Amino acid sequence: MTMSDQVVDARGLSCPQPVILSRQAVKKLEGAGTVEVLVDTATSRDNVKRAVENVGCQVEIREEGEEFLLTITK
Amino acid sequence: MEGEETIRKITMREKGRTMKKFWSSPWGLVSAGLFVGVFAALLQKWGNPGNMGICVACFERDIAGALGLHRAAVVQYLRPEIMGFVFGALIAAYAFREFKPRVGSAPIVRFVLGFFAMVGALVFLGCPWRALLRLAGGDLNAVVGILGLAAGIGVGVVFMRLGYSLGRTYKTYAAVGWVLPLIMIVLLVLAIFQPKFTENGPIFLSVEGPGSMYAPLAISLAVGMGIGFLAQRTRLCTMGAFRDLMLIRDPHLFWGIVAIAGAALLTNLALGQFNLGFVGQPVAHDNHLWNFAGMMLAGLAFALAGGCPGRQLFMAGEGDGDAGIFVIGMIVGAGFSHNFGMASSPAGPGPWGPVAVIVGLVVCVAIGLTMRQRMD
Repeated sequence: MTMSDQVVDARGLSCPQPVILSRQAVKKLEGAGTVEVLVDTATSRDNVKRAVENVGCQVEIREEGEEFLLTITK
Repeated sequence: MEGEETIRKITMREKGRTMKKFWSSPWGLVSAGLFVGVFAALLQKWGNPGNMGICVACFERDIAGALGLHRAAVVQYLRPEIMGFVFGALIAAYAFREFKPRVGSAPIVRFVLGFFAMVGALVFLGCPWRALLRLAGGDLNAVVGILGLAAGIGVGVVFMRLGYSLGRTYKTYAAVGWVLPLIMIVLLVLAIFQPKFTENGPIFLSVEGPGSMYAPLAISLAVGMGIGFLAQRTRLCTMGAFRDLMLIRDPHLFWGIVAIAGAALLTNLALGQFNLGFVGQPVAHDNHLWNFAGMMLAGLAFALAGGCPGRQLFMAGEGDGDAGIFVIGMIVGAGFSHNFGMASSPAGPGPWGPVAVIVGLVVCVAIGLTMRQRMD
């Protein structure tokens, strides 16, 4: 499904775990790159988006059925 | 005509996007917080107990009392605000396609966390919302409680950094997500008709004390629903406010609690409900050590369960069955707290309150340490 450098499956995890996992994945990128994060609640979607935008990343969100795929670009 | 229809659809979609942006912005949280703060102070004016316009812990404790799960005669009433919280969140979740029935993330642990969260909150005499409302009413003991709350959440944050996790939830039947809302509907029916099931039995209703003080049912229910709706949209959470500040330096949720305290303070001043000091505060004691420790236990339990007691009700309204288990844990914990002399009174901590707080802290630390996933 992916061309990105890292994939985080945060489906079913409650806050703040999706945020922690996403930020760790972003941190692990050396230089620029992308991380894909899969979540299944709107709360997680918004929290992850805000948390990585706060550290200067860009986020693109795609709704896939009942899940959300966030593509984070550093 | 077809062109007009398309334009109308696009305008509607744009409006929807703007609304969504508003809800997830700090302004959304501030407006939810203002609503809570103003109406909490007003509910007190309309009949609820002092500095207790809204208190999730106290109100669930009153519900436990009305059902006879404890027999403390002064705190027994089926509080419609609690039911309203769940209904409001349920309506918002359905309206915005966010009703997601889910369960399975260590439910029994969530029950235990709910239980001890209530034990701690009843040693302090209030949930985090009431701590803010007590502060806004001039009760300086609330400062001690809020410091304890922050300390407990801080311990929880350390566990989160070490990989603490209760595991994933799983999608389930819509009916599962409806269980707690249905329980709340039953409680509302009981609150409206107040039947007597046996002679000298439930439904119990206080004739004196905090349980005998309440705003009219319809008003309490309506305010509760309004709060539930706004809180579901904005994810208002007192525990999250402190957690996010400590864990990721994000003040987003903190705006909500600043708004609650600020709005309640101004409304209290306007209504003459402000009284500064430590002593003689309504439904409060001034034992600093156990105010701090009680709220520390509550804060740790909320942090490990992923939400303050209000937020657990809102998540239960969104279909989260595990949050529903936490709520039931709190109600059962309230029963035990009063039956076993663990709950405080205005005279000070109950005889078994301090021991219960220590046991609770040990249990929560054990949960935090033993339930970890490897984090690379």
